[in-house]
Amino acid sequence: MSWFRRKQSAENAKQRLQLVLIHDRTDLTSAELNELKDELLQVISRHVDIDRDAVRIDFEHDGRAQRLVADIPLRSTTRRRTG
Amino acid sequence: MAAQVVTISSGKGGVGKTTAVANLAVALATDGGRVVCIDGDIGLRNLDVVMGLENRIVYDIVDVIEGRCKLRQAMIRDKHLPELYLIPAAQTRDKNSVSPSDMKRICDELRLSADFILIDSPAGIERGFRNAIAPADRVLVITNPEVSAVRDADRVIGILEAEEKHSPSLVINRLNPNLVKQHDMLSAEDVLDLLGIQLIGIVPEDEGVIVGSNRGVPVAQDPKSRAGQAFRNIAHRLKGEEVPFMDLDKQSGLWDRIQKMTGRR
Repeated sequence: MSWFRRKQSAENAKQRLQLVLIHDRTDLTSAELNELKDELLQVISRHVDIDRDAVRIDFEHDGRAQRLVADIPLRSTTRRRTG
Repeated sequence: MAAQVVTISSGKGGVGKTTAVANLAVALATDGGRVVCIDGDIGLRNLDVVMGLENRIVYDIVDVIEGRCKLRQAMIRDKHLPELYLIPAAQTRDKNSVSPSDMKRICDELRLSADFILIDSPAGIERGFRNAIAPADRVLVITNPEVSAVRDADRVIGILEAEEKHSPSLVINRLNPNLVKQHDMLSAEDVLDLLGIQLIGIVPEDEGVIVGSNRGVPVAQDPKSRAGQAFRNIAHRLKGEEVPFMDLDKQSGLWDRIQKMTGRR
């Protein structure tokens, strides 16, 4: 972005509102949301090896319906199950 | 046609609920509809001044509820439109003087002799708001393209969903097309995307609205007013007619015409 052009505020308003509305609608604060993500990752990593740096957990909305979408890449493992 | 009870709410105050009720009422009554407006803001009566009827009030809605007068006696006839009536709010009472079942009873009585009953909800999400939505067949949520108004509209929509009211329709009021073009105001598309309900109208910012309320003559009576046209379009949509949305970029100012002629726009 150019130094000579201030960022237009409408985009800023929209992004802030998107976050605020998620918290309002779910009654989750951002701290609680982070806690949820941490716990979710803990449970999953107890069973499989995951790439924590590449994890994405976000809210998506379709109209007024909201969903929590998690993209959790698994690390490839050399260990083979031999039964 | 069966009467339709339409409640206008917003959550936040000052976004244009009362103006919208007055203008929709005028637009519907001009087309020959029998319209009754109810001011639901007990203690903060306002619809009467916006409609220019403040000097005609004898009885109010609490007088009806407490049996001091007949419903008919509290209905104030408009100065210009013989089929338009206002039932004013009480100014000296508190909002607990009215209950949701009182509102339902009054609306059921009015349904027999009206085509549209428009209820002006108070700001907030408490008793007065609950009273205003109780009898509604349809709720219009009105907002401005501005963060606090959109947030409060979302709360109201959430409550209406929880109450399992028929899905509300959105009115975006005071949109400034120039600011939107500069990307310094949320566009109608932005607001719709955030709130995720059906759109029923976009009203451009218009100085005439203030002039109209100064005079007690809603702009819907002015055929040249852009905001008036937007309200008239919403009135048609309330009647189930398909009306295309206005082109808000279209300006009629001299400067714009000069720019158009010289090919700068």
